[in-house]
Amino acid sequence: MSDIKMINLKINGIDVTVPAGTTILEAAKVAGINIPTLCYMKGINEIGACRICVVEVKGARSMVAACVYPVSEGMEVTTNSDKVIAARKTTLELLLSDHRKDCLSCERNLNCELQKLSNEYGCNAYRFRGVSSKTDAPDTTTDYLVRDNTKCILCRRCVATCNKVQTVAVIGANERGFKTNINCAFEENLENSPCVACGQCINVCPTGALHERYEINDVKKALADPEKTVIVAAAPAVRAALGEEFGNPIGTNVEGKMVTALRRIGFDKVFDVNFGADMTIIEESNEFINRVKNGGTLPMITSCSPGWVRYMEFYYPDLIPNFSTCKSPQQMFGALCKTYWAEKNGVDPKNIFVVTIMPCVAKKAEKLRDHQNASGYPDIDAVLTTRELAKLIKEKGIMFNDLPEGELDNPMGEFSGAGVIFGASGGVMEAALRTAVEKLTGEELKKPDFTEIRGMEGVKEAVYDVAGMKVKVAVASGLSNAKKICDLIRNGKADYQFVEIMCCPGGCINGGGQPILDAYTRRNVDYKTLRAGALYSEDSKKALRKSHDNPVIKDVYDYLGEIGGHKAHKILHTEYVVRKKY
Amino acid sequence: MAKTSGVPFNGTKEQEEKLRAKLHELKSVQGGLMPALQEAQEIYGYLPKEVQIIVAEELGLSLSEVYGVVSFYSQFTIVPKGKYKIGVCLGTACYVKGSGDILAEVEKVLGISAGQITSDAKFSIDATRCIGCCGLAPVMTVNDDVYGRITPKDVNGILAKYN
Repeated sequence: MSDIKMINLKINGIDVTVPAGTTILEAAKVAGINIPTLCYMKGINEIGACRICVVEVKGARSMVAACVYPVSEGMEVTTNSDKVIAARKTTLELLLSDHRKDCLSCERNLNCELQKLSNEYGCNAYRFRGVSSKTDAPDTTTDYLVRDNTKCILCRRCVATCNKVQTVAVIGANERGFKTNINCAFEENLENSPCVACGQCINVCPTGALHERYEINDVKKALADPEKTVIVAAAPAVRAALGEEFGNPIGTNVEGKMVTALRRIGFDKVFDVNFGADMTIIEESNEFINRVKNGGTLPMITSCSPGWVRYMEFYYPDLIPNFSTCKSPQQMFGALCKTYWAEKNGVDPKNIFVVTIMPCVAKKAEKLRDHQNASGYPDIDAVLTTRELAKLIKEKGIMFNDLPEGELDNPMGEFSGAGVIFGASGGVMEAALRTAVEKLTGEELKKPDFTEIRGMEGVKEAVYDVAGMKVKVAVASGLSNAKKICDLIRNGKADYQFVEIMCCPGGCINGGGQPILDAYTRRNVDYKTLRAGALYSEDSKKALRKSHDNPVIKDVYDYLGEIGGHKAHKILHTEYVVRKKY
Repeated sequence: MAKTSGVPFNGTKEQEEKLRAKLHELKSVQGGLMPALQEAQEIYGYLPKEVQIIVAEELGLSLSEVYGVVSFYSQFTIVPKGKYKIGVCLGTACYVKGSGDILAEVEKVLGISAGQITSDAKFSIDATRCIGCCGLAPVMTVNDDVYGRITPKDVNGILAKYN
């Protein structure tokens, strides 16, 4: 530490000492001064393009972009002079001149960084009038995402995320000058691109240019249909973030209130995708043990994350043999609703409508894949994101924070702690190990915590001694990290037996369907760890922490027969396809 | 919404081999995309999707990254040039002498806009900057033939020579 040179400077007359290499933006924060940003994302999009963060530096020729300008000894910075504020205001007003200002009906109303800054700077949205650069209709070609470039401010946060975080780079800045637009190559629709559907672009968009494809109306229609039994279930990560939409601190687990809200919305049964997660572990750990014992393709790679599945199909189709054939927890859950539960309760699967609440937009596309209709009807009928559920709760006049804690319905609302932690990177692996280790050793696992593979690092590795056998596992989240593991496997340099990959950095708690946090919060709050903490805390308090201890599982296998058997395969497993990038 | 020229791609194996060999040299060069695209345009005359895909794959980039650069620089074109390349000069001298009307007439007669190619690949139109013969303004060119001091009425006759 002593090697790092410290720099002394003044910001708005306040003395600040920071390490060399610090930007003015970061130094100002140390001094308790906020400098607004729009295009800046630390380490991901440091392009100094939007000019909202301009500040005066004594002696400098012109104002400088605080987000990329490093501090120097004796520097005197002013962040809030009339000149600075006037410059920022003009920049905002120019952005507004080419922005479709239908704020009142915009999905990002009151949660828009452009709107917030315009308000703070007292902007006149109509100071500059002219033609609009972007008149194309929104791209609604995919089942999961809508791009409306009339609200795009060309900050390139989505482009940088697609390129650097997820390394797929399916969108970019096309053309130049006034014609610049964010699109796929050749202005193709997203549908015709190798987009993996992760939705991370939505989460970083400062405005309403990107949002998920809404399915709220499909759900309302089913709820109003007296013929339909409407089942709902939320994914693990939803309960760790939904509360943020109602002003709760990041990391608040709102499972009980969520259950009550779902019941009040009018769903007939409130189950839990955590049950599907437990089922996935039973099938997947069995598949793993079989591959180990019978010389199957290793490493086996998890298949829960539909963005990751699409990535593999587009970019690493040679790894299909490594993929677990297990359906995702969502799809297993839906398949069992319309087979096991339907039969048990004498309900025709035709009249069952299964809705899941997901932290994810790729799940919207997953439900439409082939081989996802075990009963002859789609396993899943509608997928709402965490954000969509929050909208629905608000629209229904449900005062979320005042709700009593609700109880999930039986039998498919029963789950173990292993099911809960699926929502965080490393959780699926830990859950699978809890079951696989007991199965392989035949002994009870006293301490079911595999802490080595927890946490938010992009790639985690661990070696476990299981029944005299060394099991090396790898866990990666975010596709830039997944790519590293995939390359190792492709080149025969990986010595792993089991690999967990989640498409979104940190896992589902940071999925593309989760509540949107502004750039400042994303930069300064470790929100992924906080959300994951809510899940690990719930797990630690559960009496049942291993999937195979879930008492309903036994009943399900009375129906399915053998684990990994013929019927289980028909209902709970799936196939993959090779997708073409162009 | 998607932008393409509408002309089928007719690249040959020789062209592809030549391009791939060049790209192998440029693979490890930092900032190799610009020279790669210049080479590709030199070989094919334009940069259709098929060629951009080869560039992307060889350089380990996504198609979107390649297209972003192609569409940014005016030196690159995704539309092939016709057998007869028509240029209408919109430089200052030609423009004040009415070359805008000449361009409009050429577009009308051929039924395409500047930057496009006719479906039979015979004619393409470019609106050019000054070509250096302001004394003849307004000027239009067809390949290497130069037509100066023309009016919109002359356009049909000029094009008829190439039909």
